Amino acid sequence: MEMVFEFFELLSGVGAFHAIYVTLLMGFVSTFIATCFGITFGLLLEKYHFPFKNAVLRVNKTLMGVPPVVIGLVVYMLVMRRGPLGAFGLLFTIPGMIIAQVLIITPIITGMVHTVAQKQAPQMRAFAKSMGANEKQTFWLVIRELRSEMYFAVITGFGRSISEVGSVMLVGGNIKGATRTMTTSISLLKSQGIFTEGIFLGVILLLISFILQLLVEYFRKEETFNENF
Amino acid sequence: MKKLLLSLAMAVLCAMPAMAAENTVLKMATTTSTADTGLLDYLTPLFKADTGYDLEYVSVGTGAAIKHGENGDVDILLVHAKKSEEKFVADGFGVERFEVMYNDFIVVGPKDYLPYSQDVKATLKQVFDKKLNWVCRGDDSGTDKKEKGIWKSININPAENPNYKESGSGMGASLSMADELRAGILSDRGTFLKMKNDATVKLDLDIICEKAPDLLNQYGVIAVNPAKYPHVNNKAANAFIEWITSDKIQKVIADFGVDKYGQGLFVPNAKKK
Repeated sequence: MEMVFEFFELLSGVGAFHAIYVTLLMGFVSTFIATCFGITFGLLLEKYHFPFKNAVLRVNKTLMGVPPVVIGLVVYMLVMRRGPLGAFGLLFTIPGMIIAQVLIITPIITGMVHTVAQKQAPQMRAFAKSMGANEKQTFWLVIRELRSEMYFAVITGFGRSISEVGSVMLVGGNIKGATRTMTTSISLLKSQGIFTEGIFLGVILLLISFILQLLVEYFRKEETFNENF
Repeated sequence: MKKLLLSLAMAVLCAMPAMAAENTVLKMATTTSTADTGLLDYLTPLFKADTGYDLEYVSVGTGAAIKHGENGDVDILLVHAKKSEEKFVADGFGVERFEVMYNDFIVVGPKDYLPYSQDVKATLKQVFDKKLNWVCRGDDSGTDKKEKGIWKSININPAENPNYKESGSGMGASLSMADELRAGILSDRGTFLKMKNDATVKLDLDIICEKAPDLLNQYGVIAVNPAKYPHVNNKAANAFIEWITSDKIQKVIADFGVDKYGQGLFVPNAKKK
């Protein structure tokens, strides 16, 4: 019993419980924003043709694999006191971390949505047209039909966001009780030579990811079920 | 293909004892300050030239460095937390502790933060009373332990200051944070001078308090006990201890950084082994 108590005391000593809240807040907000951008960009890129479109796609594909720590450094330099956006005081704040996360996961969601849309949307549009649907109806049909793939893209983005350590360490600064996330807590615990509690936090992160997957799976089934009526 | 793999495996197996016999690598766990100041990178080639050993070091907080020693992951420690070091030896993990050098801690802060002083207790008390911005490492490093010790000696819980922040990061990152947040911070002199001179964005912080007796920072070197971990390279560790405490290298340490910063970063004070 005493060991369990010590275990939790150590965790709260590094502010690990607040870190769970920060991680979730950052994960949800950044995924929401990145989803709005990513789905819009992905669908637009599929539907419209414009000069240098291939170059844009190529850049996006490259950004899908950009090391988060590089994005972290770029955002740090933008928002630091003597940087171009220094006046907003975003360094070492959660909004600053969210900006970095949005930059990291938007290309991922964009790329994934574009890839599936490219495969399936043209046929859907042809079908909708033949059924006499107008532009707006066609648009919603495409969105509805690509829903499961989009869920997958969003989950991937969220997973990326909560598991990321490089950029949140730089931009957030790992400040206890303010910008410390679960991943930076683990990193800090490791730097103190404390491993067990770090693994415990890792398991919680996995659990969050697992629960989220279950929820998405549940909603998807529910919808397919309703559609069949 | 299979034959090739097998012979490769055989070759590796045969080579292993040979490699163990001529282990020229010395693995060290040390604190961030010895690495961040560039001292170890400066010493490594000299050590190789004098003794033939390759020094490989990991730089972490003192707490983690000692942990590496306790796990037998490294051959030698170069750290600065006297009490923990003595406990490390007393517990049988280390052979003996030798003093190598010291540097000193300083309190730095932005312009108009606090008037210059040589009394660290009074300075920290003012930080707390005026609720000034303050960044603490909070990573159980030697510097962190030093700072907590001073707070404790004046019976103040610094976390009650709403503008107190724990960075949970190394010295360099914490100094940048203090600079960004316009906060005061306790730092070792070496890392501060280096960041003030060499960083891309030079620190806009100045020394507020220095030269107080509470601010000395003694480094010790300890070989990991081969009786506890037979696999450690004790020969190389002893060679390093003898080498770094020698007159020649003590002089090198004293001169390190003088050309660049106008003052030495470390003061050697080894007694002969």
